[in-house]
Amino acid sequence: MAKAEEQARENEEPLHPYKPSRRGFFSVLGLGWVAFTGASAGLLAGMVRFLFPNVLYEPVQTFRAGYPSEYAVDVVDERFKAKYGVWIVRIKDGFYALSTVCTHLGCTPNWLAADRKFKCPCHGSGFVMSGVNVEGPAPRPLERFGIELGPDGQIVIDKTRVFRQEKGQWGLPGSFLEYTA
Amino acid sequence: MPESIKSIANALGDPRLYFLLTVGLLFSYYGFRKTLTKPAVFAGFMAGGVLFFFAGLSDHNFALIALKPDNVPIAFMLVLVAFFTWLSLRRAVINDELRKRGEPNLEEQVARQKVFTWPDLVFSELICLLVVGVILVVWSIYLKAPLEEPAAPAVSPNPAKAPWYFLGLQEMLVYFDPWLAGVVFPSLIIVGLQAIPYIDRNPKGNGYYTFEERPFAILTFQFGFIVLWVSLVILGTFLRGPNWAFFGPFEYWNPGKLEPLINVDLSELFWVYGLRQPLPDFWLIRELPGILLLLAYFGILPIVLAKTVFRRMYIEIGFARYQVMSQLFLFMALLPIKMLLRWAFNLKYLVHINEFFLNI
Repeated sequence: MAKAEEQARENEEPLHPYKPSRRGFFSVLGLGWVAFTGASAGLLAGMVRFLFPNVLYEPVQTFRAGYPSEYAVDVVDERFKAKYGVWIVRIKDGFYALSTVCTHLGCTPNWLAADRKFKCPCHGSGFVMSGVNVEGPAPRPLERFGIELGPDGQIVIDKTRVFRQEKGQWGLPGSFLEYTA
Repeated sequence: MPESIKSIANALGDPRLYFLLTVGLLFSYYGFRKTLTKPAVFAGFMAGGVLFFFAGLSDHNFALIALKPDNVPIAFMLVLVAFFTWLSLRRAVINDELRKRGEPNLEEQVARQKVFTWPDLVFSELICLLVVGVILVVWSIYLKAPLEEPAAPAVSPNPAKAPWYFLGLQEMLVYFDPWLAGVVFPSLIIVGLQAIPYIDRNPKGNGYYTFEERPFAILTFQFGFIVLWVSLVILGTFLRGPNWAFFGPFEYWNPGKLEPLINVDLSELFWVYGLRQPLPDFWLIRELPGILLLLAYFGILPIVLAKTVFRRMYIEIGFARYQVMSQLFLFMALLPIKMLLRWAFNLKYLVHINEFFLNI
């Protein structure tokens, strides 16, 4: 008889496999939330890590641009536009390096040698040879990069140093390379 | 197509003329609606427009733009916009007549005839779905989506155009600072459209077409849609060429077209040209004319309008709703005003505070 009762209870058992207490339910729920938060945080950390790759395939920020004597006066040099995003301009008194990023929305303007101006194809901003904005919507002049003469006599462009005209930085040392020859 | 028509069309491609012509067309269409919405007159206009388009295709420069797979939808859009503008105005004219005679309007006449959702409505919907689906499939097979060269940060296509339906937004970017034209104005367009039911609780025109009961609401909306959106899409597609310069629709896109557009700010006009003295150093004094002008535009002009043109509306909708309406209205009007100022005087900014990137 007792055996049969036990048997019956055992048979009933699988119908109610989990009968948690209140406290037990909340522990399981808490554990679930901790696991979920942990997994989300791990995913987020992975995504943040993805933004900082081990190897960055971008050109160096400082580069040599040849000897000053290679440049003709009054000419905008476009050799370094595609690779480094820099125009090197030689005027009578020396050199300066202009960024090729339009100050409006970041398109790349073109140097129109016949009109002697930089003209942006996206919204028509225009800049004169010095980089000053004269037409279209660009709010400020093109930025200039650090430029100096290296120990080997070559021009060195340093893109980590940025000079902005509207902040009065075009007169600072390093923004202009004096050279007369 | 004769050269004389082409040169007239090219001359009308001048942005000032083009803009004034578009505005004039819209308002005269609504002004002379009784004659212009007659089916025969409308059919004549449509035939003329379609004939002009197809005759224009014989021109190489025009065909290059109009037949670009990206731009083909614009032709369809123009036909649809013209047709539905006509249809709504035609019914409005008839309804206004009926209302004057005290008869039920067109929509009330059919409101008594009822059909079943199933099968009448669902079947028409199914047929529409099939027809549109077939059109889209055939279209996508015969007109390829153009792929361009791989992206390179140092190369921007010349001209670099947004998708055609965004060309109105791109055109705004030419006249305003990016934060205004790219963020504030698009948000205001969306918020403003959402606000319309709360500002305008006039029940007239609900469920039936009318013009004479709602001239302000209809003309304002049509100005925003037809002039500031559709016509700017056409301007961006057909009139903007290399270096984002203006070209006539039949003009060769010469990338070397020289357009000296030396911009001036309002501060320069006021201090240098007006008072013949150098620009003041301190930005607040330098930009005072523009700041005062904008304050007057957004602060005093609504009051003046409430006393004059919008007098009846102000009484009807009350202070709070009038304020919201007038500010949205003036923001909308700022766009064509600034465009005309740029085209007529090369005016760049009313307020140009580079110190904090606040340019309006």
